[in-house]
Amino acid sequence: MDLFLPESGLVIWMLIAFLIVFAILAKAGWPMIMNAVDKRNQHISDAMLAAKEANEALAGVEQKRKEVLADTQAEQLRIMKESQELKTQIVEEAKEQARKESEKIIAEAHTRIKKEQDEAMVQIKSEVVALSFSIAEKLLKKELDDKQAQSDFIEKLLDNSKNIQA
Amino acid sequence: MNRPFWHIIIVFTAIAALLLPRVAFSQTVSADTVASESKGKKFDAKSFIFGHTGDSYEFHVTEVKGKPINIALPVIVKSKERGWFVFSSKHICHLHPGENYKGFFIQSQDAEKHAGKLVETNGKGEVIRPFDLSFTKNAFGLFFCCAFLLVFFLPAARQYKKNPMGKPNRYQGLVEWLTLMVLDGIIKPSINEKKYRKFAPYLLTVFFFIFFNNLFGLIPFFPFGANVTGNLAVTMVLALITYFFVNVLGSKHYWKDILWPDVPVFLKVPIPLMPIIELVSTLTKPFALMIRLFANILAGHIIIMVLMALIFILGGMYGAGMGLGISFISIFMTIFMTALEMLVAYIQAYVFTMLSAIFIGLAQEEPEKPKEKKQHIPIQQSSN
Repeated sequence: MDLFLPESGLVIWMLIAFLIVFAILAKAGWPMIMNAVDKRNQHISDAMLAAKEANEALAGVEQKRKEVLADTQAEQLRIMKESQELKTQIVEEAKEQARKESEKIIAEAHTRIKKEQDEAMVQIKSEVVALSFSIAEKLLKKELDDKQAQSDFIEKLLDNSKNIQA
Repeated sequence: MNRPFWHIIIVFTAIAALLLPRVAFSQTVSADTVASESKGKKFDAKSFIFGHTGDSYEFHVTEVKGKPINIALPVIVKSKERGWFVFSSKHICHLHPGENYKGFFIQSQDAEKHAGKLVETNGKGEVIRPFDLSFTKNAFGLFFCCAFLLVFFLPAARQYKKNPMGKPNRYQGLVEWLTLMVLDGIIKPSINEKKYRKFAPYLLTVFFFIFFNNLFGLIPFFPFGANVTGNLAVTMVLALITYFFVNVLGSKHYWKDILWPDVPVFLKVPIPLMPIIELVSTLTKPFALMIRLFANILAGHIIIMVLMALIFILGGMYGAGMGLGISFISIFMTIFMTALEMLVAYIQAYVFTMLSAIFIGLAQEEPEKPKEKKQHIPIQQSSN
């Protein structure tokens, strides 16, 4: 039957029409659509990856922030403790020094007092000697007015000096 | 009665009103048949069915007050003795028996040879077929569908080219959905990842060509309704192009497997039994593609036409009442068949494209690289 015989005319028309459409679509149709879809898929997957990385980086930053905070707190605690220790130490040292200083001052005062005491004693002694000499002089002046008395007295002094020499 | 039932009745009547004039009058056979029919002669089911499923020289649109309205198409013929002729089909489609136009006439549907085709009488008085390059109804349908493909896909491609990263609009979304359906559903699973881009344009074109031609063939009014994919010439060209893509662009390994397959030597020498079988199999594959698409679409059209013809056959046998009665059943069945044919339109496009893709994919396979085998041995040795 003719139905099962391909018509040569239609074969030619079909070949022309199909090849033209194929050529046009293969040149300006399908590659554009495919490329655009591929490009968009690539873009989306890239963006997803970047977002994931950013999220991870953000999580890292958060972690780091916490670590830094914890470190700072520990440092703060440590510094506070140290300063406390330093404070007590300084106070102790100051006390010690003050004690030493006061002791030193007291000791100095003692020696000075003693020295002044001694000096005063020497002064008093010399004044007492001078006074007794002047009294003795006055007494002698009064007693040795006559000659007799003078010679007696000299004698007596000589004896005394002999006794002392002996 | 519930509402859906009434809806069905309304749809029924509407479709009956749409379809009845078409099947009643849209004859694409010669004028005498139309004339005899309108005079109330016997209904010719054979020419009715094959007139619609086959090709014709003019495009029948409708009929107004008994006069057919046809779109004349160019007839291009090369007579064996007289050279080229180009004229409008309106001169030749409605000749009375015995008349001719420039020596050409259309053979009657009852003739044994060249029924319904343009013929001429040569010097010896024999009726012969000239070389016929007429732009027939199928050629028109073909070009219409091709134009549609370009108009449908090219603007989307241009928009993509202009703004590849932009948000696709609805039309682009539709095009993209259709394209990716074929690309991701058929092409990528069948062909090697590196090579599918080379073959994707052909497979995409062939899918949408078949799909839209199938669908347009189901629409019963001008400019649709040509039975393009149910024509052997069309499916033959498609199968030949697939043959080209499979075999001519096939890899060396593929050809080696055909001409020197891995079988015992006595099957190849002295009689090349296996190479012959393999070579024949390369031909049977596209042949099966050609016949499958042609037969499926033609069968669908014939079933619909038979269901319609049934009205007039039974009407002619038992009177108009019977014809009216059977028309309800016929139209119901036709709606069902048309719905089924829409499914078939997709399935056949899918099957043709998928098988083409698989054949191309198989012809692109490369042998397993011997390097890998060499690498395996030292690894095993070192592990021992």
